[in-house]
Amino acid sequence: METAELHVHDVHSHDEHEHEHHELGFIRKYIFSEDHKTIAKQYLISGIIWAFFGGALSILFRLQLGFPGAKLEWLRPILGGWINESGKLDPEFYLALVTMHGTIMVFFVLTAGLSGTFSNFLIPLQVGARDMASGFINMLSYWFFFVSSVLMFSSLFIETGPASGGWVIYPPLSALPQAMPGSGLGMTLWLLSMTFFIISSLMGGINYICTIINLRTRGMTFTKLPLTIWAFFLTAVLGLLSFPVLLSAALLLIFDRSFGTSFYLSEIYINGEALPNVGGSAILYQHLFWFLGHPEVYIVLLPALGITSEVIATNSRKPIFGYRAMIGSMMGITALAFIVWAHHMFVTGMNPFLGSVFMFLTLIIAVPSAVKAFNYITTLWKGNIIFTPAMLFSIGLVSMFISGGLTGIILGNSALDINLHDTYFVVAHFHLVMGAASFFGLMAGVYHWFPKMFGKMMNRTAGYVHFWCTFVGVYLVFFPMHYIGIAGFPRRYYAWTQVNGFEAFADMNMFISIAAILTFTSQMVFAVNFFYSIFKGKAAPQNPWNSNTLEWTAPVNAGHGNWVGEIPAVYRWAYDYSKPGSATDFIPQNVPYSATPESNLPEENEEIATEKEIDGLLEAQNESYNR
Amino acid sequence: MSAIHAIPAVPEKMTWSGGSEPLKASYGKLMMWFFLISDTFTFSALLVTYGMIRFSQNAYVGLPENFHFATTHWPVPDKVFEALPFLSGSYPLFFVGIMTFILIFSSVTMVLAVEAGHRGDRADVEKWMLWTIVGGATFLGSQAWEWGHFIAGPHDLSLAATNLAGEPIVGANLVRNPYGPPAFADLFFFITGFHGTHVFSGVILNIMIFFNTATGMYEKRGHYEMVEKVGLYWHFVDLVWVFVFTFFYLV
Repeated sequence: METAELHVHDVHSHDEHEHEHHELGFIRKYIFSEDHKTIAKQYLISGIIWAFFGGALSILFRLQLGFPGAKLEWLRPILGGWINESGKLDPEFYLALVTMHGTIMVFFVLTAGLSGTFSNFLIPLQVGARDMASGFINMLSYWFFFVSSVLMFSSLFIETGPASGGWVIYPPLSALPQAMPGSGLGMTLWLLSMTFFIISSLMGGINYICTIINLRTRGMTFTKLPLTIWAFFLTAVLGLLSFPVLLSAALLLIFDRSFGTSFYLSEIYINGEALPNVGGSAILYQHLFWFLGHPEVYIVLLPALGITSEVIATNSRKPIFGYRAMIGSMMGITALAFIVWAHHMFVTGMNPFLGSVFMFLTLIIAVPSAVKAFNYITTLWKGNIIFTPAMLFSIGLVSMFISGGLTGIILGNSALDINLHDTYFVVAHFHLVMGAASFFGLMAGVYHWFPKMFGKMMNRTAGYVHFWCTFVGVYLVFFPMHYIGIAGFPRRYYAWTQVNGFEAFADMNMFISIAAILTFTSQMVFAVNFFYSIFKGKAAPQNPWNSNTLEWTAPVNAGHGNWVGEIPAVYRWAYDYSKPGSATDFIPQNVPYSATPESNLPEENEEIATEKEIDGLLEAQNESYNR
Repeated sequence: MSAIHAIPAVPEKMTWSGGSEPLKASYGKLMMWFFLISDTFTFSALLVTYGMIRFSQNAYVGLPENFHFATTHWPVPDKVFEALPFLSGSYPLFFVGIMTFILIFSSVTMVLAVEAGHRGDRADVEKWMLWTIVGGATFLGSQAWEWGHFIAGPHDLSLAATNLAGEPIVGANLVRNPYGPPAFADLFFFITGFHGTHVFSGVILNIMIFFNTATGMYEKRGHYEMVEKVGLYWHFVDLVWVFVFTFFYLV
């Protein structure tokens, strides 16, 4: 409804529109804003702050793993009692660190920070809409996420420590407050926080889907949508269908913890005392959790892949290779995401036949994934490549996606997984394919759309330094983990020096830790560049990368409503780069075929006839904003 | 509705070409649909939980007339839910049948309210919304009675299941259950409670819609689409009850 009013202002009186923005106070403009662009920036900055916290936690436990004998008294001013009398990291706190690192990175950085930022920012701009379908629900979505963040953050400061049962919070460990300190108040806060997070992601996801269906500008058919939008659309569908299952799982766990039910608990002795709980099943929780948990991997990865498609095509100055194959493979990944969850549970004692079914389905994912990887490579092939920082991060994503994806084929085999389960091989696999790849996608997106977000350019040289430090650093951290993983080195263990045979890996662990510290430190280059450029960066031109998509047709610092005057119509797909016959090497989506007779293909000349029909939709489009 | 808001006609083949609502539904209605799809998964997860726990427990083996409550086998719903308020005697599933009928009937009145909204007939919308609210509230009241009856346990203590010490279990809650395994009570309270929470929210929404209709808000707006949106939610809650009813009372 707000967009409707804005539109009227836009069309009839530009001055009045400007005037209205003056009246929008600081709080409505920057804090409780309903403008999708502001909400996207809120998500991005929250995500960046969370990323630094999540990264710092991992550095703490890498200190323990890489330097098991080191005295950490110098950390006492920050960590206080978590450094015990002998000057070492408290073992309980170590478990809290790995748990919170996982939770923060998966949900708060790579879900909210990635898809929250770019779905919000790009969907209205790239489909040609004045704002999200419901700006109000969009605002609520961010503030529910904020409440969730506050709850999760506060759990870091309580006496018993934050949740410590691993980011998957398997019962009975998470269900019994007496099992470990972290299963007390910390776990309660974790569950509350996640409940808010799920509500937030539900409101966000519904908005994304409805905006893409209802608010595409005239001419923007689904087969003309940029691949970013396809990726965000399918991501939202994944979240819409999988997060509610986590909600159910979490609610049942809350009842087990606080109200004495036995959904996940059965026949347990703890501290020599027999619990009265009978009839539940801990495996049931794992099924419910991984029904979310596996799609979550793609919720994290798909937006990054979508961003990469856009950045690689733009900076190779070539049409994306296999546009429809890309859509098809993303749809395939989306569908398969729901029927492979039990490959996380091969060692729970499931029927081997069932295991082989899940193994088969899991390995099928290699097909659409390979289609995507090859399409990226073939898009790059013989392209007129421009190595912007965003482009480097996108190519980095392809590299991570392939090297992490290959180990996925190994782990997807139940016979191999039973050996490698819960070793550092798994850690290496998912950090490369889902952690680093998605992080590279996030960074590619930030570097690419920063000019649109803030109207300023980021420093290119700092971008290159950031890329190379991160790219080399990530491989130095995670590649050696494959070796220690194959040797049987288990995840989540606080101390390993007493285990015979593992002392040989002391050097390797130290190497990984040093690489991790350097990689983490190099992220400061990004942070400084990011915040400095917001205020002091060079002013950005309207279309700095000579890109085809609609967001670059909007003014540099677009106000609420995005376009002044009519929203542009769309006549062609988003990938007309280096088209033979054309004088420019890019033809934006809003240029009709009738204006480019020199470069039209025969079938495109036929499209000219439909331009009148597309223009005829203007009245319907305007009317839809006025209701 | 269409008389007030004339949407320019979009040619059939341009339905998906942008600039219009391809599913002929406003974003608000679409959002409700997608929320309901999402909520379907919430309930599905709970019903899957029910199924998994239910089938990991023993079923009663023996003649129907010899059935007795015990923590070692799942109870037969006919024997648990057989009471009617103010009456003695055995009426297996009578009460829940009435409850179900009331809820489904409130869906019918909701349809009539939506239909009256299409005609722009404010008085009729008010009337049918009020009946829907009455239906929903009656269902909630009946559920409260059903819960109370379940919590109280069998009137005759000698019928109740016994604990390990051989004493009869008095009263049901989330930890113990005089009718059978505690898991039955856990699931019963959780799932019917979760559904009841949905009905409760529905009744609140219905009251808000009724209030807005009565104050003429929708008449001023020119359409009664809010009635339709809340109607969707109300029908969904009814549909879910059919599944909950099937799982707990019929299987």
